[in-house]
Amino acid sequence: MLWHLQIDPAPGLADSEGRRVSAEAADLGLGGPWAVHSARGFLVEGDLSESDLRLAAEQVLADPIVETFTIRPTPGDPQSRGASAPPASGNAPVHVLPRPGVTDPVAESARAVLRDLGLDVSEVRSVRTYMIDGPAGSLDALIRRVLANDAVEQAIVGPLALDHLGQGRPYAFRRVDVPLLGMDDDALMRVSREGQLSLSIDEMRAIRAHFGELRRDPTDIELETLAQTWSEHCSHKTLRGRVEFEGEVIENLLKQTIFKATKDLEADGLDWLVSVFEDNAGVIRFDDEHDVCFKVETHNHPSAIDPYGGANTGIGGVIRDPMGTGLGAKPICNTDVFCVAPPDTPADSLPTGVLHPRRVLKGVVAGVRDYGNRMGIPTVNGAVVADERYLANPLVFCGTVGVLPKGMAFKSVSPGDRIVAVGGRTGRDGIHGATFSSAELTGESEQISGGAVQIGNAITEKMVLDALLQARSRGLYRAITDCGAGGFSSAVGEMGAELGAEVDLERAPLKYEGLSYTEIWISEAQERMVLAVPPEHLDALVSLCASEGVEATDLGQFVDTGRLTLRYHGNVVGDLSMHFLHEGRPRVTRKAAFTPPAESAPTLPDRDHYTADLLALLHDWDICSKEWIIRQYDHEVQGRTVLKPLVGEHEEGPGNASVVLPVRGSSRGLAVGCGLNPRYGDLDPYAMAGCVIDEAIRNVVAVGADPAQIALLDNFCWGNPERPETLGSLVLAAQACHDLALSYRTPFISGKDSLYNEYTHEGESLAIPPTLLISAMGQVPDVRRCLTMDVKAAGNALLIVGQTRNELGGSAYLKQLGMVGGRVPRVDPVLGMAIFKAIYECNGRGWLQSCHDLSEGGLAVALAEMCLAGALGAECSLRDVPCLDDAASDPVLLFSESPSRFLLEVRPEHVSEVLDRFEGLPVGRLGTVVAASEGEPRLHVRGLPGRTVIDAPVAEIRARWLRPIDDHGFDPVNHHLLNR
Amino acid sequence: MSLPRAIVLRAPGTNCDEETVAAWQRAGADAETAHIDRVLERPASLDAFQLLTIPGGFSYGDDLGAGRILATRLKALEEALRRFHDRGGLILGICNGFQVLVKAGLLPGGPRATITHNDSGRFECRWVRLRATSPGRSPFLPDGDPIELPVAHGEGKFVAESPEAFDALAGSGQLALRYVDGSNRPTETYPANPNGSSAGVAGVIDPTGSIFGLMPHPERFIEFIHHPRWTRIDHRPEGDGLRIFRGAVDAVR
Repeated sequence: MLWHLQIDPAPGLADSEGRRVSAEAADLGLGGPWAVHSARGFLVEGDLSESDLRLAAEQVLADPIVETFTIRPTPGDPQSRGASAPPASGNAPVHVLPRPGVTDPVAESARAVLRDLGLDVSEVRSVRTYMIDGPAGSLDALIRRVLANDAVEQAIVGPLALDHLGQGRPYAFRRVDVPLLGMDDDALMRVSREGQLSLSIDEMRAIRAHFGELRRDPTDIELETLAQTWSEHCSHKTLRGRVEFEGEVIENLLKQTIFKATKDLEADGLDWLVSVFEDNAGVIRFDDEHDVCFKVETHNHPSAIDPYGGANTGIGGVIRDPMGTGLGAKPICNTDVFCVAPPDTPADSLPTGVLHPRRVLKGVVAGVRDYGNRMGIPTVNGAVVADERYLANPLVFCGTVGVLPKGMAFKSVSPGDRIVAVGGRTGRDGIHGATFSSAELTGESEQISGGAVQIGNAITEKMVLDALLQARSRGLYRAITDCGAGGFSSAVGEMGAELGAEVDLERAPLKYEGLSYTEIWISEAQERMVLAVPPEHLDALVSLCASEGVEATDLGQFVDTGRLTLRYHGNVVGDLSMHFLHEGRPRVTRKAAFTPPAESAPTLPDRDHYTADLLALLHDWDICSKEWIIRQYDHEVQGRTVLKPLVGEHEEGPGNASVVLPVRGSSRGLAVGCGLNPRYGDLDPYAMAGCVIDEAIRNVVAVGADPAQIALLDNFCWGNPERPETLGSLVLAAQACHDLALSYRTPFISGKDSLYNEYTHEGESLAIPPTLLISAMGQVPDVRRCLTMDVKAAGNALLIVGQTRNELGGSAYLKQLGMVGGRVPRVDPVLGMAIFKAIYECNGRGWLQSCHDLSEGGLAVALAEMCLAGALGAECSLRDVPCLDDAASDPVLLFSESPSRFLLEVRPEHVSEVLDRFEGLPVGRLGTVVAASEGEPRLHVRGLPGRTVIDAPVAEIRARWLRPIDDHGFDPVNHHLLNR
Repeated sequence: MSLPRAIVLRAPGTNCDEETVAAWQRAGADAETAHIDRVLERPASLDAFQLLTIPGGFSYGDDLGAGRILATRLKALEEALRRFHDRGGLILGICNGFQVLVKAGLLPGGPRATITHNDSGRFECRWVRLRATSPGRSPFLPDGDPIELPVAHGEGKFVAESPEAFDALAGSGQLALRYVDGSNRPTETYPANPNGSSAGVAGVIDPTGSIFGLMPHPERFIEFIHHPRWTRIDHRPEGDGLRIFRGAVDAVR
């Protein structure tokens, strides 16, 4: 029997989902007016009566105080539908339910609870039902664009014509050999393309040659294993490959740039690195008893197709990186950075198959929120960048910091160790995720790659974490890694690379029947870890996991054979040489070139007054308040967050960086910040990389981190590297990373690249701008010395430190004016380092009241932000701003984005001490913090000739800066921001 | 003299257990966590404790409504919990723990109630001001000045089964902790009241005062530096949240 339990809000109570749908339909211009009533519900299949289900609904599935429910049998298949269909009011009801095979945590919980109640339930699916009144002609668009995401959900209009929920059919084993040996190049490429293997012709030929020597054809699982392991996503063949650039041959770009700087610093005495570029996250020393690690990942391609699921599994996946680093770290905070097209992009300008940026942004925020909050990990740092070129390729960066006891940063695998899978079950989720993310998106991607999108279940991962931390302290395993891209294939392949492994695939617990041995092996089902467990600890590990409700399954063993042997019910289905798997990929040689755009000096408009420019900049998507996002994240859980992301009098100012306490009871802290700016990269990728490194460092230095203990992470997101110009800009950025890391003595400890961020449709190609995210983790010896960016008290002096140059290229100001050109800011590392040290020392002496770095929008925006955060005004003059001669004009001083600059708030009695400490460095008096004059605080700035260039009430500055996206949770949320 | 013993119950998806144990320890209790499955296997294990907490998190994912599944499972502990309560044990539910206590019927005790979605329709994390409106009715309640604590929830709106039931609870002083505005008056105005609870209800006690549940997180304001504006306000020796734990420890010592 298949029942539909429909649960409605009780009469008179809010229907927030219905309201959200109506409002979004209006936003998207889908005709109207729409009246939408929503209901949640379940489809329940099993041998149970209506009264059984009624009892369960009253007790647990519905909330009788605020909800009502109805139970009816589904009308069965379309042929027999009839009398029991509910009366339709206006349009027919629309039911939305997850597609078969898509993770449905709510249904899983409901099934478990119903079985606990003693009911004979075979399957449950969650369903949302909408009763819709509105223009019938637009119903299709409403379903597609608001109600359901076709990649993971199906919408059924009219009666729920289903008679069962069965998800799988039994699988009949048949070993599949791929007749590669007899194939010519065309046939090889057809196999690669049709199998979504993303293997190049050179790689296909190498595989054919290898199996030629073995005188046999590969099996499908062998070919898949090679494709996963050799994918751009897993092997980073471009960054680790050979590059010919400007007559020079770079043998291994990463090794010769980013790694090299780290190695050179280590050789030069930098002594706090523990494990870098080796493991799932980079590990550094924190205190005498603890290390910390940090990893930032991207999840771009899945997020383009399903923003919620993509970001959800993006954060879930990066959390597993620290969990799988060394012997496992405890995650203590998350970061997230989103690059999207401007949220106010006209809805009718979207290419086929592309989701609106508002939907993308809201979806990725919700995805991070629901996973991070459930895991109990505070999300403390992030950024949003808007640019038209992210329309089809939004970028989603997620990072996780973990803490682990000293001495646990390394792992080993011994022959005889059992291969144990821990956590979630294996399903058809995310098949071909690794190879998919190594290819360009096309207008058809949504159709062909829906399987590459996954939905996570955070509670499963939390249970795994609870079990693993106990197993770690009891020493029950020798090595651990996470199942990410490529699933078991990558995890086991990597762990057993030096030895060998034997896996019995039929042992893997499955979500439903019907998976082939190959699907089991490459599934990217979430929330799974792989452990190497000494045989004598196997029972203890399995029972410890069981006590936490976590499945742990023995899949096979690591063996000293050098081979990866895969079996299914005793039949050998794969037998690969580990050496060939990891070393057999032909090296990639790519050509790189770079032609700098012709330098042009933009002519700035001649104005008397720049208040309107400042207000426009504060409204820019990159600069405006992100409070509507930040408050949806729990940034306090674990009780470690001592500098929050929002600071100041009304807890709304944009903090430079957050600070967490990794070790309870200690006041040693960790500051986490980031920098990125793709607009610089358009003009000068080398300068761009320097600027974003400087920005990430500025952020953590501004809150009190020790500049001698800052570690960096790189995330390169670029277009198709097979285009020389694209790769050329990447090479320059990597070289800048090397040079500045060395000068600043800030080693890179981990990184990741995501290439092929391009979208092709009907011959037109759209590539993202070169995007480098730098994340910084800085150590704070005593968090009680931390600084925030809000001005504190009237009468305090404001100083500016750092050199202002005529560097408006790529600036927010030129973007605002609609102009291009100009010189991109360049870092002077000697000066920057001296300034960072001086700030650190002045703060250590207790001379600073607040500190804010100058970034997008330059001096004017930084000053405005300090005032709105502190709810105080300022009286300033540009006369003493230290600058080079060519920068001595009001607009340049106000809006140039020269790096390594800060604003400092200093009590009058400490001004001379601070000026003394900055002796020989560029420093100047900017002005004074002032309280309300004539009723309300104002920001007043005089220009070089002494006349007023900015004059605005702080309240007006604040009102322009608050620019929430109305996400239709509830209107007062957004209104309160503007009405305070 | 031995220290009062506190047990912090955790379930799959609980995620505030560690800091809640730390808070009890700072308040002078000997605290430990226990998985709900272990306690269900041996309900009598509760007899060794004077203080019981269900901490924050997303028990069982809150998949069927916040706290609903853990509340259902607690029914098997009814006997042991009654014994715990009858001998003077104190029970504290924080955030998800409050939702569990209400959905299990342990709060408010008497009329039925529930906790449902915020009026805003979304999860939010922010700091609020609170005042105990029936001081003295429960050892958990901080008397005197209003306190500040963070909230972090999507379902925090307290709803009684009927307006009459709500009025009766208010009349008996069980609606004991309220969100207050700048003038320290209970408020229904967002964001001072983050979820739209009538009369600003943030926390509730049972008729005896020995069971207390609240949406805000007292365990997240133990140290001065947990305060969101600690860099701009006068130094305080400790966080406001500690007063709630200390009141309970003092009462059972």
